Amino acid sequence: MSPNLVGLARKVSMTVNGAPRSGDVEPRVLLVDFLRSNLRLTGTHIGCDTSSCGACTVLIDGEPVKSCTQLAVQVDGRSITTVEGLATAAGLSPMQIGFHEEHGLQCGFCTPGMMLVGTALLERNANPTEDEIRWAISGNICRCTGYMNIVKAIRHAAMLREQSEVVQREKAGVASGGE
Amino acid sequence: MATEVHMHGRIGESIKRKEDARFIRGKGNYLDDIELPGMLHMAILRSPHAHARVKSVDTAAASAMPGVIAVVTGELMAQHKLAWMPTLSYDTQAVLATDKVRFQGQEVAAVVAETLYQAEDARDAIVVDYDVLPAVTSPDQAKQSGAALIRDDKENQKDNHIYHWESGDKDTTQAAFAKADKVVRLHTFYPRCHPAPLETCGCIADVNGATGKATIYMTSQAPHAIRTVFALVTGLPEQNIRVISPDIGGGFGNKVPVYPGYVVATAASLLIGRPVKWVEDRNENLISTGYARDFHMTGDLAVDKDGKMLALRVHLDSDNGAFFADAQPTKFKAGLFHIVTGSYDIPTAHITADGYYTNKAPGGVAYRCSFRVTEASYMIERLVTNAAIELGIDQAEFRKQNFIRKDQFPYHSATGWVYDSGDYHRAMDVALDQLGYKEMRKDVEARRKKGEVTGIGIASFTEVVGAGHGADFDILGLRMFDSAELRVHPTGKAMLRMGTKSQGQGHETTFAQIVTEELGIPAADVAVEEGDTDTAPYGLGTYASRSTPVAGAATAMVARKLRDKARKIAAHLLEADEADLEWETGRFYVKGSPDKAKTIQEIAFAAYTNLPEGMEAGLEGVHYYDPPNMTYPFGTYAVVVDIDKGTGQVKVRRVVAVDDCGVRINPMIVEGQIHGGLTEGFGIAFMELITFDADGNCIGSNFMDYLLPTAWETPRFELGETVTPSPHHPLGAKGVGESPTVGSPAAYVNAVIDALTPYGVKNIDMPVTSDKVWAALRAAGVNE
Repeated sequence: MSPNLVGLARKVSMTVNGAPRSGDVEPRVLLVDFLRSNLRLTGTHIGCDTSSCGACTVLIDGEPVKSCTQLAVQVDGRSITTVEGLATAAGLSPMQIGFHEEHGLQCGFCTPGMMLVGTALLERNANPTEDEIRWAISGNICRCTGYMNIVKAIRHAAMLREQSEVVQREKAGVASGGE
Repeated sequence: MATEVHMHGRIGESIKRKEDARFIRGKGNYLDDIELPGMLHMAILRSPHAHARVKSVDTAAASAMPGVIAVVTGELMAQHKLAWMPTLSYDTQAVLATDKVRFQGQEVAAVVAETLYQAEDARDAIVVDYDVLPAVTSPDQAKQSGAALIRDDKENQKDNHIYHWESGDKDTTQAAFAKADKVVRLHTFYPRCHPAPLETCGCIADVNGATGKATIYMTSQAPHAIRTVFALVTGLPEQNIRVISPDIGGGFGNKVPVYPGYVVATAASLLIGRPVKWVEDRNENLISTGYARDFHMTGDLAVDKDGKMLALRVHLDSDNGAFFADAQPTKFKAGLFHIVTGSYDIPTAHITADGYYTNKAPGGVAYRCSFRVTEASYMIERLVTNAAIELGIDQAEFRKQNFIRKDQFPYHSATGWVYDSGDYHRAMDVALDQLGYKEMRKDVEARRKKGEVTGIGIASFTEVVGAGHGADFDILGLRMFDSAELRVHPTGKAMLRMGTKSQGQGHETTFAQIVTEELGIPAADVAVEEGDTDTAPYGLGTYASRSTPVAGAATAMVARKLRDKARKIAAHLLEADEADLEWETGRFYVKGSPDKAKTIQEIAFAAYTNLPEGMEAGLEGVHYYDPPNMTYPFGTYAVVVDIDKGTGQVKVRRVVAVDDCGVRINPMIVEGQIHGGLTEGFGIAFMELITFDADGNCIGSNFMDYLLPTAWETPRFELGETVTPSPHHPLGAKGVGESPTVGSPAAYVNAVIDALTPYGVKNIDMPVTSDKVWAALRAAGVNE
């Protein structure tokens, strides 16, 4: 059931995981509720309502934002990435593989937010140090793992990204080598 | 011998988790993700006062608001005899207040509406008239003769005292104290904290008006027990109640009890005839559901002049909140606190406990703990360190001098426990070695000479987990066995169902590995299901580190039953005598002819297609395992801290954690559990606090006040292990999830006390925050 009041609703449009999405919402509707209830993207979780835990983290134009403290109407026209948008037709993203390989999750509730923060971190810093990773995820609480394996998971993803870039560069090199 | 076939996923292999696949895609199915056709939403109105008489509840305005279907009050619940419910400790608890509110956050009324936003709007429009009463916020206050009587609803309750409970032997303990050369005393308060799983509690009640069937989706660690409790509370026939625990976002004890919201949502669905969802927000979670600890403890340790422990005496006052709702085995009023003699050979002990009502939330759940073992372990490990300091003996040496020796197991403790196995000296030696204890001690002395404040803390805990056996351990009379049902399909793939419920522990992987070990079916081919009471065998659930000791054992036992049948089928297929068959993981072969063999998959197919004459078809079974004893995981943790003299800030430099949980089924998962527990222990030691002001207002009611460790504060952990198999568990496993939360708080605090010993500081109660350390240093004359 979408949290709307008929008559007060406004139309919002945004790009979610690469696809145009829109809906009618009350101005007070939180982005997290819009994603979960209207779009049924339930991978974005609610943990605290006070921007403290990060379970609701999504990427807005590539930047991690806590969607429990954004109104849906505030992101009209923006581009949102949720956990459901991490995997592509080609398969799981390096971050998802990293979390699986390094046992970076237990109950899985914080995992979407953690993976999105990690993804954004690697976009701006391809090879972060442990301290840089810990600082980047310090707005996201995990009650299960003790963070050590989450740090490893993000490093694992960095390694996979680097490898695939190396592969791509080599492929490009082979291609340009013919010139 | 036959060639060894590599069987992926046997015991001891760190295979990757099967459950990850859905979680890393955002496709977990948590309670709040479930959407049923026609589903309504419920919001609960809670008391702003800690103690007040409810004069009136005016729901007129709320009822008229858009989208509102019903407003439920205590009065309405009382009409259905549901205003009160039984607790897990044989007390009663208000579902919706009818007479008084007894803690801030108590449930007063509920609104059911088309959307959650509408339900919350209408909730805010309910007008309650309160007559505010004085609040009682501690056992000391509760004891006073003029204290407000909290439970005036109970006929024979004339004061705020709930229970008196004793363990051990008073007379021999007194005699031992009389002969002691030295008595060391520690008074310490283990403050109230909260398990705070990242997912809060909630339910969806869906009562079908046509069939009468109540399907209740619930964030429950113990769905089967909940079903029975619901049958008893509501009078619904138990076959018409189906409890489904979907994916659970962490539990840590918080999701064991029955909460009023579950009962109200179920009643609302029954009355309205549509599904009703109720999910608490974080504030509701912290102020109203299962708190933990809140023990005021005084311990005395009697020692002789050589440093030998002679006797232990502990008294505790338990702050139980407004309703005695501890989730614990029936026989034990203060949980398993009487494990408080810990890892030491103490000839005699006497434990006394008194519980008190206060105007605080009820609950008394074991936050990542086996029923108050955490408080016990903290008490003894803090006391032992203080005793070592007072005696001038090295704290590691003092422990080793008094440890129960390896040759004393099975060990009968002074309070009646029979420790199954242990090698405490070895765990200590491994930890000291890993830390480099001797050099570290020298380093500490050198740093102190330079004016630095630094110290080493040790804790050598003994846990007691895996309840039952059923004769001694029950919850509301339900014996604490657990179960496993295993079905092997014709193609050799299998389905395993258990009475437990994972909340992140990785059951889908670990328990599949037990089947792999016992039956040779690869873990990838074993689907593990828990949490649906219509399909899973009855069990008492997952808490108190009991899943591996009890349901894990049940899994091994049922697999062995199937293997016995498989042997008969293999003999038939191979035209051999059963006695001539040898088992190796995954197949039977004829002795001396390893090529004459049948794999478990071939046997499974035959179980449905080609059976020996007269044999019942199929390859499936169920086992209910009643453990003969508890298991006793143990370990030694060593922590090094540095303290900033100017600010009192404590920095944890090193944490070495050596755990002995017996045989490790999936070491990766075990280590993950230990990391998590050490982190929660760190949070409890330094950050987490639920406290109250004089009026009973809860301080710590959101994540801005109730501080949890983030990646930034959390130390790096260095793990080590020893393996002392449990002699009575079929796999030698002991359970591990809670050891680090039980053992580590004392290690952290002992390190702080060791660092502050040159300044004469003997105790700082948790959470050890910078301001407390700073004040202690100032009191000692440090002014930097």
